[in-house]
Formats: sequence, structure tokens, C-alpha cells
Amino acid sequence: MTAELGHFALILAFLVAVVQVVVPLIGAHRRWPGWMAMAEPAAMAQFMLTAFAFGALMWAFVTSDFSLRLVVLNSHSAKPMLYKISGTWGNHEGSMLLWVLIVTLFGAMAAWFGGGLPPSLKARVLAVQSAIAVAFFAFILFTSNPFIRLAVPPFDGQDLNPLLQDPGLAFHPPFLYLGYVGLSMAFSFAVAALIEGRVDAAWGRWVRPWTLAAWIFLTIGIALGSWWAYYELGWGGFWFWDPVENASFMPWLLAAALLHSAIVVEKREALKSWTILLAILAFGFSLIGTFIVRSGLLTSVHAFANDPERGVFILGILAFFTGGALTLYAARAQAMEAKGVFGMVSRESALVLNNILLAVSCFVVFFGTMWPMVAEMFFDRKLSVGAPFFNAAFTPFMVVLGLALPLGSVLPWKRGKVSRAAWSMRYAFGLAVAVTLLVWTMQTGRSALGPVGVFLGVWVTSGAIVDLWSRTGRKGSLGRLFRLPRADWGKAVAHSGLGVTIFAIAGLTAWEQEDIRVTQLGEPFEVGGFTLTLDKVERLAGPNYFATTGSVQLERDGRAIATLNPEKRDYPVARMPTTEAAIDYRIMRDVYVVLGDEQAGGGWTVRTYIKPFANWIWAGCLMMALGGALSLSDRRFRVAAGARKAPMGGVPAE
Amino acid sequence: MTGLLKRFMSVLMLVLLALPVAAVQPDEVLDDPVLEERARELSKGLRCLVCRNESIDESNAGLARDLRLLVRERLVAGDSDDEVIDFVVDRYGEYVLLRPTADGANMLLWAAGPIMLLLAALTGFFYLRKRASAPAPAEAALNEEERQRLRELLDE
Repeated sequence: MTAELGHFALILAFLVAVVQVVVPLIGAHRRWPGWMAMAEPAAMAQFMLTAFAFGALMWAFVTSDFSLRLVVLNSHSAKPMLYKISGTWGNHEGSMLLWVLIVTLFGAMAAWFGGGLPPSLKARVLAVQSAIAVAFFAFILFTSNPFIRLAVPPFDGQDLNPLLQDPGLAFHPPFLYLGYVGLSMAFSFAVAALIEGRVDAAWGRWVRPWTLAAWIFLTIGIALGSWWAYYELGWGGFWFWDPVENASFMPWLLAAALLHSAIVVEKREALKSWTILLAILAFGFSLIGTFIVRSGLLTSVHAFANDPERGVFILGILAFFTGGALTLYAARAQAMEAKGVFGMVSRESALVLNNILLAVSCFVVFFGTMWPMVAEMFFDRKLSVGAPFFNAAFTPFMVVLGLALPLGSVLPWKRGKVSRAAWSMRYAFGLAVAVTLLVWTMQTGRSALGPVGVFLGVWVTSGAIVDLWSRTGRKGSLGRLFRLPRADWGKAVAHSGLGVTIFAIAGLTAWEQEDIRVTQLGEPFEVGGFTLTLDKVERLAGPNYFATTGSVQLERDGRAIATLNPEKRDYPVARMPTTEAAIDYRIMRDVYVVLGDEQAGGGWTVRTYIKPFANWIWAGCLMMALGGALSLSDRRFRVAAGARKAPMGGVPAE
Repeated sequence: MTGLLKRFMSVLMLVLLALPVAAVQPDEVLDDPVLEERARELSKGLRCLVCRNESIDESNAGLARDLRLLVRERLVAGDSDDEVIDFVVDRYGEYVLLRPTADGANMLLWAAGPIMLLLAALTGFFYLRKRASAPAPAEAALNEEERQRLRELLDE
């Protein structure tokens, strides 16, 4: 019964969404306040109905209602509760429902917080947002209905893909979707502004928090996915340039570009039409991501629904929204004339450089991801584009970005001098050079990657600190440092986070140590200064799997550090083995142990990796997200959001 | 029912193709550390043909193991790195290369980034030059509606 109610709520939400597209658009065109105001309650209703439908589906998963086809295919009664819940979105139909739920959530949020928006802009934003929802409601109802019943329910389900039964991955999709779909808000604002024919500083200020929020969620989502790959896939890789990873990385790059260019719109009323274009493209790439994951067009580790019919439907949605928005853009972009005047060397031009590097690097990733398909279709060549290509073609952009970032971040608006910016960064530069030389002498005869990454990391991070310090004035004072606007802190924290991640990736890639061997029980072996002993191997039973668990003593200089339990699991229902690496997490390095097969001649295969600075990769990502959050909480956005509630009688003079 | 069957097959494919247990086995490792290092480097650039997007260095599939052994065999026989790669490509086609060659149509792939960067840099340059020489804007004129709103605000 709940499932039918959920299905019904979903259909109702679809109808509400259709109305919410038509009525406010006409209202905004004709300037009828009542019709425009209709968008607000509709957005709320749409969200409530979709949330109810999602709740109903989740309930079916939680109670293991095996009369629902989706639950049978993706759940099992013995599965732990957390994964019953996360199973709701661990499949195609459920994840699409989560997707549309977030679309409506953002719509409702815009209705809720959009008090300061002019009524016509608000009506149009909500109508465009609802149009996106309509497309996905139709997609779910007509091609991927999660509420289909089975005539003869089986006794138990077929279990969720064991790789997905993991806390890191349970929350990876929701964050990623919050990011993808958050960009729909920037898209809606862009299209609404194009219909309106007007983009000004206020528009920049309204669109930036949504972009920032989306970018924060994307950052966390990508970091979670990468962390999961690190500990789950069994060799400690953290990024594979897999098409699906690229699908999430491209919107991230564009969102990063967008939130920087929106600053220029907000502060200087320039780069308007470019910012609009970026907003359209960023969401376009989110849709491309959805398309890539679901069409099965590109082979990937985690494509989950290889159904061409659905792929075509999403391609249609992609073509309609991106194509439509770009057509509108072509017709209207001339109206967005820039106002600000600034020199060739200025904060504005530095942000233009930022946008060029981010957008072109995104283009490179896109080109590389699509190339195998293009080459097969047009040149009859069946080829692969893998990690070595992306490392070679993408990294230079990040190197230049890292080099330019500290200098650009201290350039003044309107007009500046490179020499002055460089002089103010002299300590950061000195520190970076010193650390790099130290590292260079310590590692002899290995790749240049380590030192280069260390230089960039230290340069970007210390540059961000110098930048923050310089904001306190010529002399600088600690008291002032803590009274700086949160946006300044956000900028410093996010930029240092980027530096930390660059440093960590370079360090890990350059100085990782690896050992593969057959070891006998109780026989110690050495890896990079550590002594490891495989004491015993046991066979245990988990809730819905069987495990082969090793016990490894980790020692350094005769002192015991930890006991590690690497595991191999076998999930009988899903018929799938997984490895659970045992990791001793430390600040400066991880020791990563994987248990392999038992050998015929006695002993076990054991792989050991020493991974320096591994944690720093995700610490850096968290810092970026935190910086974004700090910036989001800055006073000027709260003021913009709460403008409606401003006192009517004016503010008393202080 | 075909849907169920398809789902089952896809799960089965995952089992067969994406075994996550990592790669190189101890019995494959060459005694000569220099050769072994070269073998690892080469393996990282070769695709496991039955896997989704993994190099033979990472994959645990049987075919990946065969390829790893083949690479090592050729190295021990005294082949240079290029010779090994050519040997593998002759057998399995260029699909096996994770780093595509830069010949023919692939030139486009390698040149796409630099070309785009050049175009973007030029566009950016001309935009900035226009901005630098643009006359300072006259105070934005208000339209009738805004003037009305301004009057209301001032009257309050």
C-alpha cells in the first residue's frame, strides 16, 4: 500500500511540476503577481510529494518488502540496516528518484530563501527549475519506475552489489547528486536571467551561494568516492580517470570556474555573458555525467544501467536543456554588456586566467573521455584513452594554475602590478624553494614529480596564508585576523586545501613503496623500515558474507605499532568477492596491507604498501569544502538572503 | 523475466571482470629488479582487455596475468620497451594502449588541449584589452520602474 501511495505522490508531483512551469512563466511575462506567486507553494508541494515518494521507497527497502521488484533486485533481509537504507539509492531507479528529490529540494529552497529576489526573476527561476524536474519525473515514471510490483514475490532478495555495502560509498551518491543537481540552480538562474534580459551585480550575488553549495557537495562527494576506491579496491589507487569519475570531475572544474567568475560579476559587473555560459555548461556537464553513467555507452567500472532506451531519453533531456539554453544564450547574450573597466594586470584578469585554465582543462578531460567513441565512429579505430593520457594532458594545467594562484590572489581589483604581487609573496616563494631543495637532496635519482608537487603545494598553501595575513593591513595584527570577513577566511582555507591536495598527490605518487611476496605464518619480513608478521589466518562469518581474515603484526624498530586485519570477503548471495585492505592510518604515511590467496606450497600472498601523505589528499579536499562553507556563511550572502526581513524604518546610525 | 536475467548477467559479468583483488602475483616477479621495474612501468600503460578500465598492472583477470607474463618474457629476451609495446600492439591492436599514440586522427586528441588553450588565451587577451581601453561607464541610467521604486524608498 505504501508503495502505491508513493507512486501516486510521484505522479502528483509530476503534475504539480508541469503547472509550475507554465503558470509562473506566463505570469512573469504578463506581470500578473498572482500567477508569479503561484511558483512558491507549488515548489514546496512538489518537494513534499517527492519526499513522500522517496520515503515510501525507503520504507520498502527498510522493511524488505520483496513484492517490489526493485527491492528484490537490490536488497536482502540479512543486510545491515545502513545498507538497506543506502540500497534505496544504490540502484538506477532509486538513484534517479533521489536525483529528482534533490531537484525539487533546491527548488523549494530557492522559494524559501529567495525573498530578496525580484518577483519576476524568482518566478522564472522556479519555473525553469521545475522544467528540469518535469523532465526527470517523466524519465522515472515512463522508463525507470521504482514502484513496480512483482506478481509472485520471492522469499528473499538478490542483495546489493557488495562493493556498495560500505559506509564511504553509502553517502557518496547523495553528496554527488547534491552537487550535480545544485548546479541546476545556477542553470535556472542563468536561463531566467536570459529570459529577463538582465544580469547585474545582484544576480552575481544570488547565483554564487548556490554554485558554492553545489561545489562543496561535489568536492565532498568526489573525495568520498576517491577515498572509497583507496581503501576498498585493494591497491590503494585513489583516482583512475574512469569515465564515470571524469563525469563528476568535469562539473567540479566548471563549478570551480563559475564560482570564481561570479565574483567578477558581483564585484565588477564584468564577465557576465561568460558566467551565464559557464552556468549553462556546468549543469550541461552534470547531465552528460548522468548520461555517461546510465547509457552504457562508455565502459566503466561503475556504470549501473546499461539500457540504451534510457540513455536515449537522457540524451533527449540533455539536448533539450543544453541546446535550448544555448540557443537562448546566442539570442540574448549581447544584451549583457560589461560595465567594469580594468587593466591587463588586475584581479579581474587573474580570475579570467583561472577560468581559462579550469575551462580548458575540463575540455581536455571531456575530449579524452569521448575520444574512444569518436575515434570508433569516425575513424574506425578502436582505441583506449586511459590514465597515462590524462596525467600527461591534464596535469600541466594544474601546474600553471598552482603557479599563478598565489600571485593572482593578491592582485588588487582594477589595476595592479605583478612585481608588487610577487614581492608580497617573497616569503611564500622562499619557503617553497627551501622545502623543495630539501626534498630534492633527500630523494636522489627519482622522478622530478615529487619535488615539483612539493614546490606547488608549499607555494599555494603558504601563498594563501600570506594573502590572508596581508588582508589585516600593512602591519598586520592577530586581532584583525580574526575579524576578517568569513569570505577571506574561506578563500584562504580553500586555497590552502588545494595546495595540500597537490602536495599529497605528488608525494604519494612519487614516494610510494610496494612489496609483494609469499609469506609463511609467523615469519617476519621488512618493508621500508617496518617489520610485518602474518600471525594467523582465520575464517569468520559476517552478517551476509564469509571472511578470510589475516592478523598482521606491524612493528618499527622492535616496537609494536598496530595489529592489522586484512580481509577477503565472499558475499554468497551476490556471488561476489571483495577485499578489505587493512590500513594503519598515520599523519605522515599509511601502511596498507592486503591479503591475497593461499599458496599451494604453503604460505599466503601478502601485498604491503607504504603510502606517504595519503590522508592529506582527502584532508585537502575537506579543507576546500570547509573553505567553501566559510565563504557561504559570509555576511553578505546572509544579508542578500534575508533582505526581505530588513527593518523597514531604516537602520539607526551607530 | 528477461530484465531479471539481464540483471543477473550483469552481476555475473562484474564478478568475472572486475575482481578487485589486486594484481601482480609473487611468482611473476622477475629476479632482476631493473627489468621488473621496467615491466611494471610498461604494464601500467597496457589495458586489461577483458576489464572495464584497468591496466594489466592493476587487474587480476587471467588475461591480464598472461599479458604481464608476456611483457616479462619479452623483456627477459632482451627487447627494448618500444619493442615490447609494438609486440603487444601487433597482437592485440591499439585498443590495448592506455596512452593513445599521437599519429593520424589521434593528433587531434593530443592537440585539442593546446589548441583550445591558445584560442581561450587569445579570446581572453582581446577581452581584457577591450576592457582596459573601454571608457568608464556613465552611471547606469535607471528605468522608469526603478525610478519609481527609488522614490518610494526615499519617501519612506
